[in-house]
Amino acid sequence: MLGFLATEKERERWVQDQSYKHPQIFYNDTEARKYTSSSRIVDIQAKLSERALELLALPEDGVPRFLLDIGCGSGLSGETLSENGHQWIGLDISQSMLSVALEREVEGDLLLTDMGQGLAMRTGVIDGAISISAVQWLCNADKSCHNPRLRLKAFFGSLYRCLARGAKAVFQMYPESLAQRELILGFAMRAGFAGGVVVDYPHSSKSRKEYLVLTCGPPSVSTTVPTGKGEEGGSSSDDESSGDEDNHTVSISDRHRPRKKMKVSKKDRKWVLKKKEQMRKKGNIVPPDTKYTARKRKTRF
Amino acid sequence: MRLLTHNMLSSNIKGVTNGFPLLIEAEKFIEKTVDFNPDFLKNMYPKIEWKALVSAATSMGYNQLPEEVEPSMLESEEFLKKFHHALLELHLEEGALICPETGRRFAVIKGIPNMLLHEDEV
Repeated sequence: MLGFLATEKERERWVQDQSYKHPQIFYNDTEARKYTSSSRIVDIQAKLSERALELLALPEDGVPRFLLDIGCGSGLSGETLSENGHQWIGLDISQSMLSVALEREVEGDLLLTDMGQGLAMRTGVIDGAISISAVQWLCNADKSCHNPRLRLKAFFGSLYRCLARGAKAVFQMYPESLAQRELILGFAMRAGFAGGVVVDYPHSSKSRKEYLVLTCGPPSVSTTVPTGKGEEGGSSSDDESSGDEDNHTVSISDRHRPRKKMKVSKKDRKWVLKKKEQMRKKGNIVPPDTKYTARKRKTRF
Repeated sequence: MRLLTHNMLSSNIKGVTNGFPLLIEAEKFIEKTVDFNPDFLKNMYPKIEWKALVSAATSMGYNQLPEEVEPSMLESEEFLKKFHHALLELHLEEGALICPETGRRFAVIKGIPNMLLHEDEV
């Protein structure tokens, strides 16, 4: 549920925040309402779910599918599924979020459940699953009985069982660290999933988005990982076998690149003239443009 | 909660080998009209446990479904309409789902089943 945090700083603070809170507690009535009443969050959530649905690559035959929305919250992502004509079940651990979903009259069914306890579904019945900003919650240990490893194992194991063969699951996530991402990916692979991480806009700190794309069944041609958006020549596509190392280096250098260097603004004569013109249009008193305007100063000045 | 969802749910309490189907204890159920889509029904048909659907529909007071089915019946519009009504239009609003093996009750409040397990059930 981090989709609304645009800047790195906001996101870091949020991740810190959530690392000692539990979704059941964190999303109380006020948080839940706040989350859904912001049009910016709604917009970002819709975009994320749209992309997740695209990565799910369901056959385009116009037949509605039966999907899971894991960590559905107030049903923002489920709405995208409904708009595309699919039937879905939303799972969430927060009663408050589900109450908001009820008020908004979402079309899917809702279940109050903890994904870390495994999904209570029959074998091979689900056509696909999406999850927007939710899996990283699994890595928290909020109660003494919680063991992130066991919870991840239970979750991916039960997900693998309830998906139909060849069905896909797409998780949009914000891992706290590389180790956390490896942990999540590792447990997915151990459960039998094939796939990897797709990174959209890997070079942008703002719009960088990670999607874990998993396919139920052994690796084959059809289970290759799609490439992310905004990449150059696929150099950073995160393919679990070969591209993994590369991508990690790319993302590290990305994250630690000094922010200042990224926005070098050239305040040259042209820029000054433009600004002066703007000020004039506003009606301000601006000195006339001369040959001295924006001239170079000597360094000792 | 629709019967479609009920048909997919299975109790996952530790040690339970056959948690399907969950018995329905209906206190209040409602009907909502949903657009009829035969393609979806045909796609879902192989995944539905028919017996569980029939008994679930009966416990909600709907007994128009035939006991026995075969794929050829999917051609009949009348059958599809009944199937559609049972699967998507009947909602369990208040009541409980009961695990067939352990008898554990999962309360359904405002149409949302509470499937959270206790620590010792994981």
